[in-house]
Amino acid sequence: MEAKTEFKTKLRRVMKAGFVNFFRSGYVSLASVLVMIITLSTIASVIFMGAIFNTTLEELRNKVDVNVYFLTSSSEQDILDLQKRLESLPEVANIEYISREQALANFKLRHENDQITLQALEELGDNPLGAALNIKAKEPSQYQGIADFLGQDNILSRDGESIIKVNYLQNKTAIDRLTKIIDSSKTLSSVVMLLLVVISIVITLNTIRLAIYVSREEIGVMQLVGASKNYIRGPFVITGIMYGLVASILTLIMFLPITYWLGGVTENFFIGLNIFSYYLSNIFQITFIILLSGIAIGAASSLLAVRRYLKL
Amino acid sequence: MISFNNVSKKYTDNSVALEGVSFDVSPNEFVSIVGPSGSGKTTLIKLILAEEKPTSGKVYLRDSDIHSLSGEDLNQLRRKIGVVFQDFRLLPNKNVFENIAFAMEAAGREEGEIEADVPHVLELVDLPHKAWNFPHELSGGEKQRVAIARAIVNQPDIIIADEPTGNLDPMNTYDIVQILKKINDLGTTVVLTTHNKGVIDSIGRRVITMQEGRVVRDDPSGKYIL
Repeated sequence: MEAKTEFKTKLRRVMKAGFVNFFRSGYVSLASVLVMIITLSTIASVIFMGAIFNTTLEELRNKVDVNVYFLTSSSEQDILDLQKRLESLPEVANIEYISREQALANFKLRHENDQITLQALEELGDNPLGAALNIKAKEPSQYQGIADFLGQDNILSRDGESIIKVNYLQNKTAIDRLTKIIDSSKTLSSVVMLLLVVISIVITLNTIRLAIYVSREEIGVMQLVGASKNYIRGPFVITGIMYGLVASILTLIMFLPITYWLGGVTENFFIGLNIFSYYLSNIFQITFIILLSGIAIGAASSLLAVRRYLKL
Repeated sequence: MISFNNVSKKYTDNSVALEGVSFDVSPNEFVSIVGPSGSGKTTLIKLILAEEKPTSGKVYLRDSDIHSLSGEDLNQLRRKIGVVFQDFRLLPNKNVFENIAFAMEAAGREEGEIEADVPHVLELVDLPHKAWNFPHELSGGEKQRVAIARAIVNQPDIIIADEPTGNLDPMNTYDIVQILKKINDLGTTVVLTTHNKGVIDSIGRRVITMQEGRVVRDDPSGKYIL
C-alpha cells in the first residue's frame, strides 16, 4: 500500500499548495507583502544613496587639478617645453594647454553678463591674461608630487625670477575639506541605512512568523497525518518566496515614479547624478539585487518560523 | 495491536497524568476509554500518536516501540493510524476534498488513487455534495465526518477518536458513532475516548475506565459506570 510518488509529483504538490495558500490567506499575504515592500524599499534606498555619494565624491575628486599660470611675457615655446617635461612624468594623466587668447575668450564667456568687467577689460586694450596649463593626475594622491615638481626653483625661470604660479594648494584645502565632509556623511548614512535594513528585516521576519503562527495547529495536524517535515515546510517556503517575489516587483515598479520625481532634484543638488537615469541604466543589477533579497528574506523567514512548530 | 506496558507519564513532579497503565488491544477490537476529565484519557491518546513520550514504560504498536522511532519511520507509522479529534482540526485553507487528499499526498499516493478514493470515502460519510466547501462553511457534524473521512482514507490499521462527539448534538453524535461502528465492522481497530454515557451504552463493546491516571476497570462488554 506504500506507493512512492516521484520527487516531481511531490514538488508539484508543494508548489501548488504554497501558491494556493498565498491567495487563500489574502489578508495575511497582503500584510506580509506590504511589510516586505518596506524592507525592500530600504534596500533600494541604500543602493541609490550609495550611488549618489559615490558619484559626488568621484566628481569632486575630478575637480582637483593643478593649474600652472604663466606670466604674460612667457614665450609659447617655454610653455610647450614645460608641457613636454610634465607629460614625461608618470603621474600625469593629461595636460590641457590654454593659450592667452583662449583664456581671454573663456574669461569673456564667464563674464558675459557682467558689463562693467567687460568694459574694464576693453579699456585695458591689451590681453592681461597669461597662458595656463591644466594638469590632471591619474590618482588624486599624485597631485602633491606634481606640485612638488613644479615647486622646484629652477623649473622655469627667467633672470632668476619664476614665471609661473601654481594654484594647487588653495584648491586642495577646500576640496579636501569637502571630500572629508562627504566621506563622513557617507559613513554615517551607511550605518543608519544598514540599521534600517536590519530593523525592517526583523519586522518582516516577525510578520511572516505571525502569519505562520496562525497555522501552528495545522502544522501539528499535518504531522499527525504522517506528512514528512519537508512536505509540511515546502508550501510555507513557497508562500514566503511568493511574498518576496510580489513585494520585489511592486517595489521595483514603485521606484520608477519615485526616482523620476527625485531625478531633477538630485541632478541639481548633487553633482550631475540623475537617479532616474541611474535606475534605468542599472535596471538589471538593481532588479537582481531586490528580487534576490526579497526571495531570500521570504524563504528564510518562513523556514525559521515553521521550524518552531515542527516538533512533534 | 496496541500494547501499553506499565506506562507512566509525569508532566512535572506533582502532575502525574498516567501511572502504571497496562493493557492490550487486539486487532479488530472496538475499545472505548472512559473517565472524568483529568483521568489521563488524552495523555493516553497522545502517547499512542507519539505526540508525547512516556516517563517510564513502553508503548508498542504492532511489535514496534513507538517512542524509539523517529523521522521517516514515525511518519510511516502515523500513516497507519487515523486520528479524529474533538475539535476536528481540519486544515482551514483547504476545501473538503483537499483536506482528505492531503492525508493521501502525505502518504505518497498517486494522483489517480486520490481522484478515485476521496469521492469514495466522502460517500461513506455521506458528504459527497460538500467536496468543494471549506471547513468554515460546514456544521460541526459535517466537519467531524470530514475528519473521519480523512482518518480512514489511507486504510489505516487503527482509528483513534479522541472525544469525537464532544462538540456535537445528539443526532450528529449518533451518526458519528454509527460511522465508527461501520468502520470497525470493515476490519479496522477503533480506540474511542469519551465521557458520553449514551455513546458507550449504545456501542456495547469493551470499556476501559480510567481514574486519576490509572485503569480502574476493564469490561469486555461494558457499560459506563463511575
